[in-house]
Amino acid sequence: MRGLDECHAYRLMLTIRCFEEKVEALFARGLIHGTAHAAIGQEAAAAGACLALRRGRDYVTSTHRGHGHCLACGGDARRIMAELFGKETGYSRGRGGSQLMADFSLGFLGSNGITGGGIPVATGAALSFKLRRARRVALCFFGDGAANQGVFHEALNMAALWNLPVVYMCENNRYAMSMPVERAMAVSGIAERAPGYGMPGLTVDGNDLDAVYRAVTAAAQRARRGEGPTLIECRTYRLSGHSRGDPRCYRTREEEAQWRRRDPIPAYRARLRERGLLSADEDRRLRREARDIVRDAVAFAKRSPAPDPATLEQGVYA
Amino acid sequence: MRTLTGCEALREALREEMRRDKTVFCLGEDIGVYGGAFGVTRGLLDAFGPERVLDTPISEAGFTGVAIGAALAGSRPVVEIMFMDFILLAFDQLANMAAKSRYVFGPHAACPLVIRTPGGGGRGYGPTHSQSLEALFAHIPGLKIVAPSTPADAKTLLKAAIRDDNPVLFVEHKLLYSLRGEVPARASSRVERLGKARVVRKGRDVTIVAWSWMTELARRAARDLAEAGVDAEVVDLRTLSPLDSETVMTSVARTGRLLIVEEGCRTGGFAAEIGFQAFESVFDRLDAPIRRVTCPDVPISASPVLEQAALPSQTAIAAAAAALMTDEI
Ligand SMILES: Cc1ncc(C[n+]2csc(CCOP(=O)(O)OP(=O)(O)O)c2C)c(N)n1
Ligand SMILES: [Mg+2]
Repeated sequence: MRGLDECHAYRLMLTIRCFEEKVEALFARGLIHGTAHAAIGQEAAAAGACLALRRGRDYVTSTHRGHGHCLACGGDARRIMAELFGKETGYSRGRGGSQLMADFSLGFLGSNGITGGGIPVATGAALSFKLRRARRVALCFFGDGAANQGVFHEALNMAALWNLPVVYMCENNRYAMSMPVERAMAVSGIAERAPGYGMPGLTVDGNDLDAVYRAVTAAAQRARRGEGPTLIECRTYRLSGHSRGDPRCYRTREEEAQWRRRDPIPAYRARLRERGLLSADEDRRLRREARDIVRDAVAFAKRSPAPDPATLEQGVYA
Repeated sequence: MRTLTGCEALREALREEMRRDKTVFCLGEDIGVYGGAFGVTRGLLDAFGPERVLDTPISEAGFTGVAIGAALAGSRPVVEIMFMDFILLAFDQLANMAAKSRYVFGPHAACPLVIRTPGGGGRGYGPTHSQSLEALFAHIPGLKIVAPSTPADAKTLLKAAIRDDNPVLFVEHKLLYSLRGEVPARASSRVERLGKARVVRKGRDVTIVAWSWMTELARRAARDLAEAGVDAEVVDLRTLSPLDSETVMTSVARTGRLLIVEEGCRTGGFAAEIGFQAFESVFDRLDAPIRRVTCPDVPISASPVLEQAALPSQTAIAAAAAALMTDEI
């Protein structure tokens, strides 16, 4: 696809998958504490969207399920993992944990522990771009559940009103924790709301990286031309539990199995193989690389120092 | 006597009150099939059905406001806010509507509403899932604030909160959920009124005032102090509003020394309020300056090392109380 390095995109999805599986395993073994939300099954949305942006120039806001978004923005697996371990070398020096990390140098404005919290923030970044006449775009990841927060309404109204260069990227993974979308909103999808704000809305297959990439590329171009915001709804599925210890009592194993058959990674692999873009050797190599990145990240995190308690009260103010 | 965890005790209170009064219903995120993020409402959906155990969209401002409307219209809603940190999204509804309606509109505009929410740290959940924000709410006239420290109190005070005709913020410390304690098996027909503190340990030398999980820590610290020859009295506030100043000040007047323990941040905290009340009412009885152990003015980190450094500890409480014994005015 134009502008897209498919093998790089594929490896990125593999890395995210591998990272998230490792996080789940580390929790299970009690090696990391607190909580974390894995995005297994949603790699195509994260990768497809971030690869359609200009790294370091465009801005991205993320959610509580943000490891993949950070990796897709070019984030350092070592520093993400170290943050999960609560280490000084982590993105937030152990202060934030899984739900609060950022890399401003990459335009990654941070994951967010407050559902919907990033929506107005991305809108504000877009406002700043507009005021500074910068041809840059803010992309806002949020979940189907977050779309029911009041700030969603308030932010989208302002973005359309002021014609801001922002792409609202909803990852509709069918559930907000235990709450199925159809029990949380009376309309059949998030994109349906777009006309109510006066912006275009579209629904794409969130498990198809190319489709996501195309949709975000078009929305970002539109934004750069000064034509305003777009709401994109990616239909996807979280194959993992919501967070550690989720009994998944709110959905059936059959439903999960159905979606597992639509796993974005094997589908993309098959497509690249079919198109002759990926040999069996190359595939093996990319998978090994993904595993190595994650293994190295864990080793780095383990050997990193914990924060010094003497620094506790530093850095509250600028 | 029978023992229950804090979580079980709260669930029993909800069950009994929902059975007793058909106007009581629960609403919040993931409280139905999932049973709530900490399992408090587990089984209630099966027992009472989806109309009385109402799963809401993620809309804290909205559903808290909806609960206020329902309360004004004759229901008795019990809202669950999944983490206390998220109550900030609903602050406006609570402070500007629920807290003021009785005063402004008169006796017919009572707002019998309970907001249950897990507060506090100690679980490594990070800056936006670990805060103790009760002091913010103590500044708002018209709200009651309850923060139990034992399973038995969790049960009786939640029942009292549900029967109270005012908006009540009911803070459930995350570490209380798994704390086990004696809870009388028979549903007592006597329901407490909110606003009574309790002396959980009698002592002569120093008064330690705490609430919520800090009471448990203070109690443990008092045991250490006893070994060191200091006889501490521990007063559990149980409710911050209304505040049982009498019980606190009676104790301080007797011991002459006051230590207040607060899990929340220092500046503008509730410890400051208690300390100043002591200054106003029993100043002449104090043998030492008032001390407090609190979280410093920092967010709660996810890193266990920093989290533990920030939160008041049993040792810090014992050390502060011991230091008070040698302090002089
Ligand atoms: C204001 C707020 N309310 C509730 C939560 C608890 N919570 C965390 S994630 C989540 C579900 C979010 O669902 P969605 O937006 O669909 O994202 P997903 O988890 O599916 O990625 C909830 C209820 C929170 N973190 N912040
Ligand atoms: Mg979702």
